[in-house]
Amino acid sequence: MSIEYIISMITNNWPMFLRGAGMTLLISIIGTIFGAVIGLLAGVIRTIPTPERKLKRIVLKIVNLILSVYIEFFRGTPMLVQAMVIFYGSALAFGIDMDRTMAAIFIVSINTGAYMAEIVRGGVISIDKGQFEAAQAIGMNHFQTMWSVVLPQVIRNILPATGNQFIINIKDTSVLNVIGVTELYFQAKTVAGISFKYFEPFFIACILYFVMTFTVTLILRYIERKLDGPENYSMIGQPPPQLMLTKSNTNID
Amino acid sequence: MQNVIEVQHLSKSFGNHEVLKDIDFSVNKGEVVCIIGSSGSGKSTLLRCINLLEKPSGGQIIYHGENILDEKHDIHAYRKKLGMVFQQFNLFNNHNVLSNCMVGQVKVIKRSKEDAEKVALKYLKVVGMDQYVNAKPKQLSGGQKQRVAIARALSMEPDVMLFDEPTSALDPEMVGEVLKVMKELAGTGLTMLIVTHEMEFAKEVADRVVFMDKGVIAEEGTPEQIFNNPKEDRTKAFLKRTLS
Repeated sequence: MSIEYIISMITNNWPMFLRGAGMTLLISIIGTIFGAVIGLLAGVIRTIPTPERKLKRIVLKIVNLILSVYIEFFRGTPMLVQAMVIFYGSALAFGIDMDRTMAAIFIVSINTGAYMAEIVRGGVISIDKGQFEAAQAIGMNHFQTMWSVVLPQVIRNILPATGNQFIINIKDTSVLNVIGVTELYFQAKTVAGISFKYFEPFFIACILYFVMTFTVTLILRYIERKLDGPENYSMIGQPPPQLMLTKSNTNID
Repeated sequence: MQNVIEVQHLSKSFGNHEVLKDIDFSVNKGEVVCIIGSSGSGKSTLLRCINLLEKPSGGQIIYHGENILDEKHDIHAYRKKLGMVFQQFNLFNNHNVLSNCMVGQVKVIKRSKEDAEKVALKYLKVVGMDQYVNAKPKQLSGGQKQRVAIARALSMEPDVMLFDEPTSALDPEMVGEVLKVMKELAGTGLTMLIVTHEMEFAKEVADRVVFMDKGVIAEEGTPEQIFNNPKEDRTKAFLKRTLS
């Protein structure tokens, strides 16, 4: 083993490593985004206050039960095993031959969704009760309250935890090689198989994983700072009305 | 006189602790009513029951001839007609001063952003906070926050303004600026229902003072009657405690 050998391995196999890293990023980015959306939806539904009417109350109970089962099941089983069960199970039971990449994105999404649902619920609970009361007092319903007041604050607060989840996803997509997804680990294994060298390809993969996760960390830090906004504000003397509606001073949509 | 809200036989219990007992009470149009009483007398709970932040255990709340505790009644439509000012301000932390006053108008009354902004600026001017439209709540002092909170409630152009101890969480030096705004509002013919510990303010501004004790309305009347000639012994005892 030598530095030269590693460099020559990169120059000879860089398309494979790059494709693998690209696939890993694709799966983890889309998986994290879908997972976050699932988590936000589940979090909002699970914090709906108990309705007055009996029928609505029963419907909500059933929906919450389904969500609990989903969350507990996917948090409680390994993603590797889920991948095998879903990919081969769908072929066996329904005769569906799932596209491997789609299957990978699906598995990472629902897995992340289960974790994110709990993260979001924690985030919603941590918001001061006064924020909900003030929103209700001006006549907002649960979804308006969530959309305009609570979720923007929740998203800010759960960003570090979401970043964690993203980084975990980048690393954990490596287990998806069991269903033959050509992500980074799979590609490194292939290079190892061709060259009969084991240390070098996995060392390269290791560096690539770290570059990806650390970049994500830096980007999320930047977003956090952006969301926090400037420390200072400017006073307005006599505001000319047409100048007021700039994007920076209203965030209603 | 036309009454805006009428509370009949209202009761409220938390567990087996009865906080409000058979309250009968009404607010007339254009009237300024101050509710006074010691801590735990149920005055805040009464206010919170009126806009349904607490669900009353029994009784009726009549608004425009309809019982809003009726299951079929749309409570969101009712709440948007009541402005609420909280002890802890409760400004929306993710919005700046201007959009705090706009978001309710845009989302709930479905006003256009342009109209909402005009209305918001109008009321921010009333409370003297129009220079701070770009500031976030965390950048303001308590008194400033409370004035923005008043503007936010006014921006919904409510029938009644409810104030739940609006100065109790403020530093003494900031109490004055908030009371001054409220005094000005009282002079405009706005219907106001104020839970307060500020006796001087109540004396000066109220058309009617309601004294609550242990979950019942012990005595009500003009400020003159309540402060100078209280009939009930417990009113006398309370005033002696607070005014001395």
